[in-house]
Amino acid sequence: MPGWSEHVGTAVALPRDNIDTDQLIPARFMSTPRAQGYGNFLLHDLRRDAHDALDETFPLNTCPDASILVAGRNFGSGSSREAAVYALLDAGFRVVIAPSFGDIFAANAVNNGLLPAQVTPEVAADLAELLASGPREMTVTLESREILCGATRVSFDVKDGWRTKLINGWDDIDLTLDHAARIAAFRDDRRSAAPWAWPRRPGAQYAR
Amino acid sequence: MTAPRTLLDKLWSAHEILRRADGTSLLWVDRHLVHEGSHHAFAKLAERGSAVAEPGLTFAVADHYAPTRARGLAQLPQIARMISTLRDNAARHGLRLFDLDDAEQGIVHVIGPELGLTVPGLLITCGDSHTSTHGALGTLAFGIGATEVAHVLATQTIWQTKPAAMRITIEGALGPGVSAKDIALNWIARLGTGGARGHAVEYSGSAVRALSMEARMTLCNLSIEGGARFGMIAPDEVTLAYVEGRPFAPAGADLERARDAWAELRSDADAAFDREVALDAAEIAPTATWGTSPDQAVPVTGTIPDPDMLPADKAETARAALDYMGLRAGQPIAGTRVDQVFIGSCTNGRIEDLRAAASVLAGRRATVPGMVSPGSAQVKAQAEREGLDRVFVQAGLDWVASGCSMCVGMNGDVVASGQRCASSTNRNFRGRQGPGARTHLMSPAMVAAAAVAGEITDVRPFLAGRAA
Ligand code: SF4
Repeated sequence: MPGWSEHVGTAVALPRDNIDTDQLIPARFMSTPRAQGYGNFLLHDLRRDAHDALDETFPLNTCPDASILVAGRNFGSGSSREAAVYALLDAGFRVVIAPSFGDIFAANAVNNGLLPAQVTPEVAADLAELLASGPREMTVTLESREILCGATRVSFDVKDGWRTKLINGWDDIDLTLDHAARIAAFRDDRRSAAPWAWPRRPGAQYAR
Repeated sequence: MTAPRTLLDKLWSAHEILRRADGTSLLWVDRHLVHEGSHHAFAKLAERGSAVAEPGLTFAVADHYAPTRARGLAQLPQIARMISTLRDNAARHGLRLFDLDDAEQGIVHVIGPELGLTVPGLLITCGDSHTSTHGALGTLAFGIGATEVAHVLATQTIWQTKPAAMRITIEGALGPGVSAKDIALNWIARLGTGGARGHAVEYSGSAVRALSMEARMTLCNLSIEGGARFGMIAPDEVTLAYVEGRPFAPAGADLERARDAWAELRSDADAAFDREVALDAAEIAPTATWGTSPDQAVPVTGTIPDPDMLPADKAETARAALDYMGLRAGQPIAGTRVDQVFIGSCTNGRIEDLRAAASVLAGRRATVPGMVSPGSAQVKAQAEREGLDRVFVQAGLDWVASGCSMCVGMNGDVVASGQRCASSTNRNFRGRQGPGARTHLMSPAMVAAAAVAGEITDVRPFLAGRAA
């Protein structure tokens, strides 16, 4: 996953609270292999009517090239399905701006290079207001934690560790394997100090 | 003198391998549970050419896509593909798989404790947000995404920032017909679905101590619906009695050592919490949701709120929810007609849940169709030994095999568009039980009462003269 430090793109507003991950991608699409692309599943049941036709008035449908989403409180709450992030990414999104995010969603987003930019409810409302008449260009800068839209400049919040990871495009597994010796030592200590933490009936040997 | 510590502090430090300068900890994972939905993570592992670091600590189960009507997969190509992918991955990496026909198969959060894979003091991860369930036994258990699942598979560790500590203390005695589900829906309604975000919730107080192990699992299970990734309860005699003798749980000398370690697993008397919330058990009534998020819940004696009377930040959401649910503001929630019912899921699919529902249904007929899916094959067998299956069938409900089923609808068990379902599950999100489905969350006993009445109704009169 490549890192990034600044994103310039088109922003669109979906000023609703509690867009949970079941709405971001309904469960019935989740058996699809990622290679097939998840973009069409994004917010599927909100964007389409019962006959699968796109609802022309739905904000995302008015701007298919948007890459920044301004949303309401508690975005991505609920299920841990990372497919919700895949759907956003495959639909072209790189940044979601909201007053708050589901914890697991936010971690999943960062793991895939999607920025969950947290702003105050007032800032979210102001940005949504700016976009009320239609999509606009925005610049999101990780280093300064700033969002620029026309003459409006606001700041957002993202954990230090997450910001570093997004900028560097780090893969956690590589980082962790640097600590392989400490992990092995920890395991051995735990095994002798807490033998009860290992399953009595062995697991793997029972594999069929 | 060490500073007083919370249960969270103790569990965290017992698993912390190292901490980075930015405050993120690398934690050791004692148990990693995977299911069909973990296919993205196995694909990532394959891309890297990595092996599973600790196959002996990794357990796989078929639950999310498990067919509940007939286990045969011939007619279900999409489901067959998900299950065979899991089988292939388990075989490739040498993992113990609880497959569809296994006597120990079931929903991942039901079988963990049931088999003794979950014991106090462990750190448990799973690619499912209701992993908080296992915290009921005094574990640090949390749901993770696919990238994190791949990371745990490859390293048996996970990077996490320590959450803030929050304590929900529930004192007093629950009234008859009131259950752990009602406690959970109450605190979530009070604090909101984001109310505990960024926190690990420890449940304490006399009402929590009085709960059975299974009821504690229901309570911890729903932590995520209040935004908390972690829910936990300090182990006590109830926990020990539950754990002992389970097939994967420690025995003999290991158990002796475990008991000593587990005795330490409680928050010190003067440990400080970042947030404290108190509830009075006696004030909690059987509860049902009316909207499209779990915090949109009222006592069954209450009315569906009027969005105009709600604070501005809740009004819009409430209006949209009422519209989706086809309900009118100001109506009593009781008397809302339902089209069908569902009893099951990792929230309320254990044997005590089925007993509670059966005690309402015994000798009565359901007036709407419905399905009962036990949380595991062992729960199913136990229920059949007790004759509960006959109670459900005689009431007119379908008795099916175990799996996630209508909790998430991945196996094809869905609620049709526009239909209203009284459900013992955990999420009433738009479309959760199928596109356009209208879900009302409540306890299994409340679902049973709704089945008989054909509408949402107070379960308490149904319990008169019966053991609840
Ligand atoms: S029953 Fe529902 S919540 Fe529980 S593990 Fe299955 S899908 Fe997840």
